[in-house]
Amino acid sequence: MFGLGGGTCSYQEITETDVILLWGSNAREAHPIFFHHLLRGLDNGAAMYAVDPRRTSSAEFADVWLGLDVGTDIALSNTVAREIIARRMHNQSFIDHATTGFDAYAESVEPFTLDEGERLTGVPAEAIAEMAHTYATADRAQILWTLGITEHHTAVENVLSLCNLALLTGHVGRRGSGLVPLRGQNNVQGGGDMGALPDRLPGFQPLTDPQVRARYESTWGCELNPVPGKHLTAMFDAMEAGELRALYVIGENPADSEANVAHARKLLEGLDLLVVQDISLTRTARMADVVLPAAAGWASSEGTVTSSERRVQRVRAAVPPQGDARDDVHIISELAAHMGTQWPATSAQELWDEMRSLSPLHGGMSWERLEASGGLQWPCPHDDHPGTEFLHSWLWEPDLDGRAPAPFSVVVHRPPAEALSEQFPLRLTTGRVLDSYNTGAQSAGYSSPIRSGDAIEISPADAADLGLAEGDTVRVSSPRGSVDMHVHVTDRLPTGLVFTTFHFPELVDANLLTNDAWDVRSGTAEFKAAAVRIDPLPAATAATGGTFGTAAAGSTSGVAAAGGAGG
Amino acid sequence: MSSGNGSTTSQVTVSIDGHEVTVPLGQTILAACTAAGVDTPTICWAPNLTPVNVCRVCVVELEGSRTLVPACSRPAEDGMQISTDSERVRHSRRMVLEFLDSANDLSQATEITAWSQHYGADAGRYGSAVNDAAEVEISQVDDPVRIQDDLYIRAYDRCVLCYKCVEACGDDAQHTFAIAVAGRGFDARIRTEYDVELPESACVYCGNCVAVCPTGALQFRTEFDLRAVGEWRPDDQTVTRTVCSYCGVGCNLELHTQDDQIVKVTSPADHSVTSGHLCIKGRFGWQYVHAPAFEPPAADTSASEGPSPDNTGS
Repeated sequence: MFGLGGGTCSYQEITETDVILLWGSNAREAHPIFFHHLLRGLDNGAAMYAVDPRRTSSAEFADVWLGLDVGTDIALSNTVAREIIARRMHNQSFIDHATTGFDAYAESVEPFTLDEGERLTGVPAEAIAEMAHTYATADRAQILWTLGITEHHTAVENVLSLCNLALLTGHVGRRGSGLVPLRGQNNVQGGGDMGALPDRLPGFQPLTDPQVRARYESTWGCELNPVPGKHLTAMFDAMEAGELRALYVIGENPADSEANVAHARKLLEGLDLLVVQDISLTRTARMADVVLPAAAGWASSEGTVTSSERRVQRVRAAVPPQGDARDDVHIISELAAHMGTQWPATSAQELWDEMRSLSPLHGGMSWERLEASGGLQWPCPHDDHPGTEFLHSWLWEPDLDGRAPAPFSVVVHRPPAEALSEQFPLRLTTGRVLDSYNTGAQSAGYSSPIRSGDAIEISPADAADLGLAEGDTVRVSSPRGSVDMHVHVTDRLPTGLVFTTFHFPELVDANLLTNDAWDVRSGTAEFKAAAVRIDPLPAATAATGGTFGTAAAGSTSGVAAAGGAGG
Repeated sequence: MSSGNGSTTSQVTVSIDGHEVTVPLGQTILAACTAAGVDTPTICWAPNLTPVNVCRVCVVELEGSRTLVPACSRPAEDGMQISTDSERVRHSRRMVLEFLDSANDLSQATEITAWSQHYGADAGRYGSAVNDAAEVEISQVDDPVRIQDDLYIRAYDRCVLCYKCVEACGDDAQHTFAIAVAGRGFDARIRTEYDVELPESACVYCGNCVAVCPTGALQFRTEFDLRAVGEWRPDDQTVTRTVCSYCGVGCNLELHTQDDQIVKVTSPADHSVTSGHLCIKGRFGWQYVHAPAFEPPAADTSASEGPSPDNTGS
């Protein structure tokens, strides 16, 4: 945001802030140790508003839970903005000083009265007003989000709508205030920082800038293709069009993790060549022509990963790789050698030193400093720089540090791509639970006493309507497929909404149901909103069973690693 | 948070056993003792928990104070004259250690037993399990080892009621409040609500209680199983610091390895991200590292067929 791909705050700041908007994030389960910091903030007196269609375990700690209808985030944020402006609670001096486009933005949110907001989102007008007033008048306030914001066909617009609120109130660029996307994978931040995105070079530098490219070309002694590549979703489109015929997948399990996964599997099967490099035999690996067994990087390799607070930290080898598995860097270097290129740098430290000679964000992070400190936060441009706790303090500098002001974005409320219908009357949303992770490649390896991964959660009212009881077996169907699941009745869900995880694809193939409509700017599919129907099944015909998943890690970034606004 | 503080904090100077030492205002007598190079026994204190002041083994003599004071929680004040090795202090610490040793199995509490030796504590004076079988009936905690899952065990005959597990489960870290002290006097025990089995309790298996337990009353299953076959060999273990492989928070993990196998996972108490605390995935979710190469991980069907799917989303 505002030109840098990272959250603006450090974890420490959530303990010092006054108001927390936790928006589309169940951090209590998806980011449990960050939530410890957040709890300290609550213990210190912060107010928290949880915006989530589900009354999650995170929402239980909130002062107010705003249970909006799935996919109405922009309607809600625009209503909050309209209320702040109508009450003259916006920070006019900050807006004049540091932003552009306020008038057009104010005009765009004008129709979103509290009543209209309530009508569109299902959240009571008083709750919206209270959140707006508390956020706007706070000394320090943060907005935090996860996939509840980004797994929509309006992913980027959803993020921009939250950035608008921060610009409107001046809650960014100051200690304790900011915008924080909580990253879902241990190095999804570092992967993007290192250029595992279609249009970026290491250091998050734009591939399309000839001057930037020239520096890399001179260091690497070769010419770079200046045309940005494709993100994961666009790759599948290219497969469909027959343009992409070979795929090299590293640490990703798209045969389980893609929305509308039956379609994705068909496209993977149609490839001329599929190469998979992973820590276990995931479903994608089982489809591959060639499998390259990789070491579990965090326990068997030297290197670095970057966390949600932009902190670069060392990972170290503690145990040898299993069997024939090899370190990712070793495998890629060997491949390069087979292609006729001998790369000079192979150790983790040598690679790091080369990278930081090219990336201004990381220039001051010497290997020795990373070893000696508990990690350093980018930007850290030179050896004496302590690293950066929070971003965008330039917004408060007298001359904006010579930069262009931050623009407001006019964002339009668009409901989920798939509308409910008579045939598919229930809204399905998916998410993570505490003890499991992504498609299970890692978390299926241990036995959790609190695991019950094959359930579809449903509200008591809907369960009664359908004549369902706890533990019943049902068939859940969307326009794309059907899956048999056990029922779990919970008052955490409002009427009309059902929920499941995607952690157990071998047991319950939840992504057969999800919608692959995707955001054109980020490439993220709308995992959060499908239309489904639930039909009771007699227990005997239930087709569940099988085993827990064996699927992929995504713990290291990959050629085909999901980029964009995900994570 | 690691950068750039320090120069403006006000300081206090205290005397520890006749040696002056200066520490920042707000630090405890325990911190002053540490700064002075004086080791202090502690049981209920931990660097990442709020002191609860129950074990009384860290007491020191403070000039002008009628009673001994707990070093772990008493803030250091300018001019304090403190004795850490007077006969009165040694006597008090020795008695605390004897009482604990007489009622509990401290065979795995290596730090505590080292202090018992240091102070010449003789638990036999009160009838210990080893020395006086007749006394066992009335004075020794007797609670069978509770093994209810694959992650950790509870052996309350080793529990000295230091409250650390309760604090770590409660508002010092996890805010789950799955356990508390139930019962009074000699019958006081750490219990889940209504003493239900762990999987039916509010427990979310972060293992933060296990990590702070000083006696082995709470123990990771891997350690328990290795001890059972005589293969727990701390001297042969290596500790490697790395970063968790799950979400993007960046928790540092200490992988304790023995014979190239991970046998325990902890986190440094002074790490700015975790303060030593982890979640179930970081603490227990490492087995796949040792899965046979390119065999799918063992199917975990037992959990899914278990009696209660109630915990989804908890």
